[in-house]
Amino acid sequence: MQKSVFFGTIAAAGLLAGMASAATLEDVKARGTLNCGVATGVPGFAFTDASGEWDGFDVAVCRAVAAAVLGDGKKVNFVPTTGKTRFTALASGEVDMLARNTTWTYSRDVDLKFTFVGVNYYDGQGFMVRKDLGVTSAKELDGATVCIQTGTTTELNLADYFRINGMSYEPVPIETNAEAQQKYLANACDVYTTDASGLAATRATFETPADHIILPEIISKEPLGPLVRQGDDQWADIVRWTFNALVIAEELGVTSANVVEMSKAPTNNPEINRMLGTEGEYGAMMGLDKEWAVKAIAAGGNYGEIFERNIGEKTPIGLARGLNAQWTQGGLLYAPPFR
Amino acid sequence: MSDTQSNTIRFVAQTQIPPAPPPASETGPVKWMRENLFSSIPNAILSVISVAIIVYAVVSIAPWFIHSVWVADSLAQCREIDTGACFAVINERFNQFIFGFYPSDAYWRPILAFLLLIVAAAPVLASHLPRRLLAFTAAYPMLCYFLIFGGSIWGPLLVMASFPLAFYVFRFVNDHGGPLGGLLAAAVALIVWLMFIVDPLSGLIADLIPIGLPRVETRLVGGFLLTLIIGIVGIAGSFPIGILLALGRQSGLFIVKTICVGFIEFIRGVPLITLLFVASTLLNYFLPPGTNFDLLVRVLILVVLFASAYMAEVIRGGLAALPKGQYEAADALGLDYWMATRLIIMPQALKISIPGIVNTFIGLFKDTTLVSVIAMFDPLGVIAPIRADQNWNGIVWELYGFVALFFFICCFGMSRYSQYLERKLKTDHR
Repeated sequence: MQKSVFFGTIAAAGLLAGMASAATLEDVKARGTLNCGVATGVPGFAFTDASGEWDGFDVAVCRAVAAAVLGDGKKVNFVPTTGKTRFTALASGEVDMLARNTTWTYSRDVDLKFTFVGVNYYDGQGFMVRKDLGVTSAKELDGATVCIQTGTTTELNLADYFRINGMSYEPVPIETNAEAQQKYLANACDVYTTDASGLAATRATFETPADHIILPEIISKEPLGPLVRQGDDQWADIVRWTFNALVIAEELGVTSANVVEMSKAPTNNPEINRMLGTEGEYGAMMGLDKEWAVKAIAAGGNYGEIFERNIGEKTPIGLARGLNAQWTQGGLLYAPPFR
Repeated sequence: MSDTQSNTIRFVAQTQIPPAPPPASETGPVKWMRENLFSSIPNAILSVISVAIIVYAVVSIAPWFIHSVWVADSLAQCREIDTGACFAVINERFNQFIFGFYPSDAYWRPILAFLLLIVAAAPVLASHLPRRLLAFTAAYPMLCYFLIFGGSIWGPLLVMASFPLAFYVFRFVNDHGGPLGGLLAAAVALIVWLMFIVDPLSGLIADLIPIGLPRVETRLVGGFLLTLIIGIVGIAGSFPIGILLALGRQSGLFIVKTICVGFIEFIRGVPLITLLFVASTLLNYFLPPGTNFDLLVRVLILVVLFASAYMAEVIRGGLAALPKGQYEAADALGLDYWMATRLIIMPQALKISIPGIVNTFIGLFKDTTLVSVIAMFDPLGVIAPIRADQNWNGIVWELYGFVALFFFICCFGMSRYSQYLERKLKTDHR
C-alpha cells in the first residue's frame, strides 16, 4: 500500500513534468518573471555592475524576451549557470531559456533535445601572439608553444589545424581564461588560442594591448546563440522572433530612441508596421500582445545598439562587427522577412 | 648579622655581592637568536637563507601595496594613477563580496542576524556564561531564517513550536504506552505538523495578523554571507548528527549499525562536488517541476550529510580511544545507556577528538567554495562576474587575495579557539 502510494506519487510527478514543459509561455506569464540562464561571467557577454545588476550582450537577449512577453525588461530572474550545469538547468525546467554563449552543434541540437533559436554571435577560434615575434599569419606558427584550455573544442580544433597544415606545436595546458592570461603574459607560451571574442576581451585587459596582435586566421566555426527546450514550439517561436525583431530593427533603422515614436502611427514601411503592431495582428499569432516588439526593442535597443554598447569598438573589448554585421553590410545576420 | 660574628669568622663575606647583569650572550635578543637561530652551523645557514627569502619577498611585494590604488572607476584608471595593486575594485564591489546580490535596502537584516549569531553562539562557545542564554540559541536558527530570507513570521514561529509539541506528545504517550511508543508518536506528530499543518496554518494566521519582512530569494544571497550560512549550518548540523552516527556505528543493534555504516561509507566514498551536482541538477529531474525546492536548501542538506559522515568517524576515533574500563565503570554505576553516554563516555571522547573535529570544521568551511561550480555566488563565485565587467577585467590577485584573507581569518580563528578549548579541558592523564 505504502509502496504503491510512493510509486503513484512518482508517476504523477512525471506526468506533471511532462505537462508543465509544454506551456512555457503560460508558466512565465503566471510567474511574472522570466527565468533566464546566463553565464557566471564572460567579459562583455554577461557580467554584473556595481549595483549587482546583470548586463551584457547575452543578458540583453533575456531582457528583450522578458520585455516582449511580460512588458518589462527588468522582470528577469537571472540564473547563472556554469558550462557544466547549463544544459541540465534548461532540460529540467529550472530556466525557460539559455542565453549563454553556447555553440550550436549537431549533438546539442539533436541529442540533448534543445532548440537553438538563432545565432546572436558568430564566433571562431583565433590566435593571439606578441607583436615582437614578428608573426603575421597562423601559418607561420610551426614549433610554437600554445596555451590551450583543456577539454574544450578549441583543443581539438587546434590539433586539426596544425595537422592539416603540416606543422607541429607544443601545448601548454591551462584550465581557465584567467590562468591563460597569466601564463601568456609570463611568456610561458608564444601563442594563446581561444574564441576570437575571448581573445579580444583578454587583450583589452593588458597594460599595453598594442604589443599583442590577433592573427587574421579563424580556424573554426562557433555560432553562439540562445536556446530553449525542444517540444514547445510556441515558446521557441517567441524567443526566435524576439531575437529576429532585434536584428530586423537594426536593418530597418528602428532604434530604442525612435521605436516608441514609430509605433504610434503607421510608417511608410509596411514591414516596420507589421513588426511594431500598427498593421495586422502579428503578436496574437504567438500569444503575445501587439506591442511586443516595441517593448523588446525599447528594453535594450536593436541588435546593433546592444552590440555597440557591450562589445563594440567603443568599449574596452573593442570587437568589430565582422561576421556579425547585417547581410547588407557583408555580414551573416539575415533575419527572415517579417510578414 | 651581629658585630661579634663579623670579627670572628673572617672568611665569610660581610655583605652580599651585588648581582651582576647576566653576560650579554645569555640575555635578551642575543640569547634568543643564539638559541633559536644560530644554535649550530646548519641551523645558522638555514636561518640566513630563510631571512634572505623573507626580505626578498617583502621587498618585492611591498611596492605593490605601497603603490596601491583605493579609489578608481576602472582598471585602466587604476593604472593611470599608480603602478601597484588596484584595490579600488574591492572598494567598489565590497557589498557584493559581503552580501552577494542581496537587496541593498535590506542589508541591515543579515547584519542583525550576524550580531545575534554572536549572542547565540556565545553560551555554546564559552561555558561560564549563564545557561539560560541557550534558550535563545535554540530559537536562533528560525529567527535567522526569518531575518535573512524574510516572509511571514508565522511560518518560522510554527516550525519552532514543533519542538515543544513533539516533547509533550512524547511525554504523554510515554506515560501511557512506554518510551518506544512515545518516540514513534512524537516522530509522527512532528511529520504531520511540519508537512501538513504548518503551511496552511501559517497562511491562515498571516492573513489575520500579517507580520513579516519582504521576501528575499535565496539565489540573491551570496558572498561571505553565503559562506557563513553554509559553513555555520554545516557545522551546527553535522556535529549532533555525527555524534548519533558514531554511536550508531558502535551500537549492538544490527539494523541501526548497518544503516549507520552504510550511510557513512557511502557518503565518504563520494566526493562533495558530486553530491553538489546531484543537489543542483539531478534532484530537479526527480522532483516534480512545480515543487519549489530551493537550491540553497538542497545544498545545505547535502553539506550537512557530507560533513556528518566525516564527523562520525572523527568521534568514533575518540570513542575507540577511551579505555574499556570507562564503559565498564559506567555500567557498574548502574547508569543506563544514554546516561552513561551523556555523563561519562561523550565528555571524554569529545575532548579527545577536539583537534579532529575542528579539523573537519575548517575543511568544511573551506569546502563551501565548491558551490561556485554549481553557480552559487560564494566569494569565489562573485569574482567571475566582477572580472567579466569591462571596467575590472584583468584583475586577479587583488580579488583572490581578499577572499583568501577572509578565509584565513575565519579558519585561523577556529584553530585558535580549539587550542583554547584543549587547554581549558586539559585534565592531565599523563
